[in-house]
Amino acid sequence: MLTFRRKEALWGWFFVLPAVLGLILFQLGPVIASLYLSFTNYDIVSTPRWIGLANYERLFTEDRLYMKSLGITAYYSLLAIPSSLVVAYLVAMLMNMKVRGISIYRTLWYLPSLVPATVNGVLWLWLLNRDFGPVNYFLRLGGLPAPAWLSDPNWTVPSLALVHLWGLGNSVLIFLAGLQGVPQHLYEAAEVDGATWWHKFWNVTIPMTSSIIFFNLVMGIIQSFQVFSLVYMLYTPPATEAGTAGPENAALVYVIYLYRNAFQNFRNGYASAMAWVLLLIIVALTLIVFRTQGRWVYYEASKKR
Amino acid sequence: MSSVAGTLVSTRSTQRRRPGRVAAHLLLGIGGFMMMVPFFWLISSSLKMPHEIFRTPPVFIPTVVRWENYVEVLVDQPFLRFLRNTLIVTLPSTAGQVVAAAMAAYGFARLRFPGRDLAFGALLATIMLPYAVTLIPVYILFKNIGWLGTFWPLIVPYWFGGGAFNIFLLRQFFLSIPNELEEAALIDGAGYFTIFSRIVLPLSGPALIVVLIFSFLQHWNDFLAPLIYANKYDMWVLAIGIANLRGSLGARDTTHLMMAMSTLMVLPIVAIFFVAQRAFIQGIVLTGLKG
Repeated sequence: MLTFRRKEALWGWFFVLPAVLGLILFQLGPVIASLYLSFTNYDIVSTPRWIGLANYERLFTEDRLYMKSLGITAYYSLLAIPSSLVVAYLVAMLMNMKVRGISIYRTLWYLPSLVPATVNGVLWLWLLNRDFGPVNYFLRLGGLPAPAWLSDPNWTVPSLALVHLWGLGNSVLIFLAGLQGVPQHLYEAAEVDGATWWHKFWNVTIPMTSSIIFFNLVMGIIQSFQVFSLVYMLYTPPATEAGTAGPENAALVYVIYLYRNAFQNFRNGYASAMAWVLLLIIVALTLIVFRTQGRWVYYEASKKR
Repeated sequence: MSSVAGTLVSTRSTQRRRPGRVAAHLLLGIGGFMMMVPFFWLISSSLKMPHEIFRTPPVFIPTVVRWENYVEVLVDQPFLRFLRNTLIVTLPSTAGQVVAAAMAAYGFARLRFPGRDLAFGALLATIMLPYAVTLIPVYILFKNIGWLGTFWPLIVPYWFGGGAFNIFLLRQFFLSIPNELEEAALIDGAGYFTIFSRIVLPLSGPALIVVLIFSFLQHWNDFLAPLIYANKYDMWVLAIGIANLRGSLGARDTTHLMMAMSTLMVLPIVAIFFVAQRAFIQGIVLTGLKG
């Protein structure tokens, strides 16, 4: 006879079993396997050969292209994350001004974020085309310089950030909900004290939504370091003559280079080392943001359970 | 959840400042219009003559609307096979993902068992885990069990797991359901599975729809996994098929056809959005706010 407690525990494990099995089979197990492979030479066909830290050594001392891809990814993140956070926050603030027709605006701003990376690639390849694209057409109309977005190495990463910016709708909606959750009485109290618009923004709005800014920032970091499909779509021959990573490898983001090593050059040990460095980078950045949150993220006492 | 929905719906307020709101309309309108231009360009290009795509200044409204592009995509190009393959992958993986996520979420939300918090914490931590780390070992796993060249690698993983975000969202929702009904059923001798399927699931319609939609979109849009596992011509899904349409007709440019196929791929997504707008917005807000 099972005790009540035992029965509950057994059923508990029954319900979470698929998820926990998946966690072990497709997440934790592979993470360990990947760590092991990162110390080997492995081409999928023959058995892995242990080479110690050689892969890591090569990443940071010999492989110029790797360092380049690291730099490009960091540059992309630095452009894409702040720009989309700031714009999304501003748009959400405008939407929160109790304007009429908010649902229409919400739809207009949100829809682009649903577009699959494949279609994004097809579309922006033409939107940003130097000669036939509408973006440059409008820039020329305005008398502005019309760069060769996707084929000029200097403009490649900004182009990617621009496409990313088009899909900011998700963040807008999250920010909007956060802004709508700020208690009205805080603004009223501030007004009684004679606070200006800026004071209310800086001392009420920002602190009260800081946990949501924090969330979007963390998710932004995690996602931008893993950008792949869009770059693959934009720069797979014969899309451009430039090859899978754009002109002079200017679009060689981290995962593109990893993919190239793993599935084109069959250097799976090396690619695994790259993957582990990526994991460490993401965890480190996330931890840094988490560590600093005490300084700038405000949580209501009641929310802290 | 209801409070979130409440704040989302109620947008009226008594105090408003005129000039500020006019500026807000202006900025939101102009920006919103700019957000729509790429969609317009997509549809317009899909209806162009091939040479009209290579024009300066660009042609915004095709001189002749070429519906034939769609006929060509549907009849001469294997769009229907791409669609079938996409559905073969999307439907079972979505269904399995929702079931697995709901089960796990119920277990984590309601039942007490040793190792629960550890398992839940580990699950949440996988949000930080780049897919690049698991890519190679999982590929080797599927190679060893002989699943390369089949659709299984794109489907089966989702039967186990359901995705950390989905589990988190559903767990959050289950926690918000009052416990009394379940306790009463338990005292009446109902089993946990009965409670789950007869009480908890029927009460969770909105949250399940949210997970269903996001899961569907994830699989419909996926590019990397099909690129690796469904790279044989017969197995191409829409995302891969569109990508490979490029340059596939030799000297004949295929841009207009790619645009037409892309339009067809985006159409169901937009349709789902308009049908289930509320669920969409609540889902995004829930994952964001409670994160």
